[in-house]
Amino acid sequence: MDLNNMGDLNAPHSMGTTIIGVTYDGGVVLGADSRTSTGMYVANRASDKITQLTDNVYVCRSGSAADSQIVSDYVRYFLHQHTIQLEQPATVKVAANLVRLIAYGNKNMLQTGLIVGGWDKYEGGKIYGVPLGGTLIEQPFAIGGSGSSYLYGFFDQAWKEGMTKEEAEQLVVKAVSLAIARDGASGGVVRTVTINSEGVSRKFYPGDTLPLWHEELEAHTSLLDILNAPGPEPMNI
Amino acid sequence: MSSIGTGYDLSVTTFSPDGRVFQIEYAAKAVDNSGTVIGIKCKDGIVMGVEKLIASKMMLPGSNRRIHSVHRHSGMAVAGLAADGRQIVARAKSEATNYENVYGEPIPVKELAQRVASYVHLCTLYWWLRPFGCGVILGGYDRDGPQLYMVEPSGVSYRYFGAAIGKGRQAAKTEIEKLKLSELTCRQGVIEVAKIIYGVHDEAKDKAFELEMSWVCDESNRQHQKVPDDLLEEAKAAARAALEEMDAD
Repeated sequence: MDLNNMGDLNAPHSMGTTIIGVTYDGGVVLGADSRTSTGMYVANRASDKITQLTDNVYVCRSGSAADSQIVSDYVRYFLHQHTIQLEQPATVKVAANLVRLIAYGNKNMLQTGLIVGGWDKYEGGKIYGVPLGGTLIEQPFAIGGSGSSYLYGFFDQAWKEGMTKEEAEQLVVKAVSLAIARDGASGGVVRTVTINSEGVSRKFYPGDTLPLWHEELEAHTSLLDILNAPGPEPMNI
Repeated sequence: MSSIGTGYDLSVTTFSPDGRVFQIEYAAKAVDNSGTVIGIKCKDGIVMGVEKLIASKMMLPGSNRRIHSVHRHSGMAVAGLAADGRQIVARAKSEATNYENVYGEPIPVKELAQRVASYVHLCTLYWWLRPFGCGVILGGYDRDGPQLYMVEPSGVSYRYFGAAIGKGRQAAKTEIEKLKLSELTCRQGVIEVAKIIYGVHDEAKDKAFELEMSWVCDESNRQHQKVPDDLLEEAKAAARAALEEMDAD
């Protein structure tokens, strides 16, 4: 355990990340990869970056894992109290505003980009981006994290207004898997959360269900499987 | 005319043996002695009207406003001690602005009513404060539609279709109950409110009065504002005509 070369392991947990939020006709689809890295080491290859704030509002977290978790925790707490006072579910806009107030108010100390998405009975499905500086911007779709750099052109071409739920989910999965292919800090599985008037539905896409992109190699059976394979067939005399 | 709370009415922190807090009841009397204030919920908004008794002929018409805007979408009509009313309005304005700064959306009328009621109630809990001597009718239009609330000096707040406080409240309530509020538009509601206020005004006991009215409805773009001058004049004329008809009988 060479402490001098352990710099990477002592680096703060960061979610390199690809996060996406997309509205469709009737709700929203949030998507993310699952890699949490400490420098070059993948600290968690199956993390869940889509966090619940209320029954109807979720947030995609990117950047510093600690910062994004703390912000989510505070907002969940405030929203809980707000829901009790209001006697009805909070709106997506209120959730996003609370996130923004914390992100902007502590901008000198925090390093986290968030995408707030959900459904409420007044506005339907809505996506709000809260990037690094603490802006609040309502968007028909939002992308964030290091992997998002590779998706700007893709969304310019593939995004369209008024998609169905299935089209939106497929778009999100395709986009995250494209980003994972190119961004070293994104990887693992693809998780999606779909929110609409009927409720919330979580989906999980392991690596082998994702399409292969240019020059990606197919997954081979692990050599470890040979150890578990049954012995050779006995010969028949 | 009512029971004397001898000994139990000196402080708002004292209950009487039959479970009443007399100071709060006396505060309500201050409201009962003021000019009538009415609010109604029509199908497309809220209309509020005040019978503003004029203390002196030297006062400029339009001064001493009794109806105040609390936020873009809501307003308050005050009855009772005017200075107390000013405090409540100031607090309501501050609550509304603060809510919008924290939550990013205009304060729901229900929430505003609860906060105003909490504040009024607060002043009935401590011996070093006196209860507010005013009742408030709060009308607003938010994403759940138009809503009308009334807050009493005790801090109690209920939601209403039609509410009246002040001198002529009994007669006013009877008149309001006769109206088919779910079918009235605010334009028609303004005329009706004017008629009611002119009707309950007691010519013998009180001399002159000025009619002050406001609305928040689809026609006003969901903003709380004074009823436009032309409609106000139309309402006053209709009210005077209705009075003469009654007198002619």
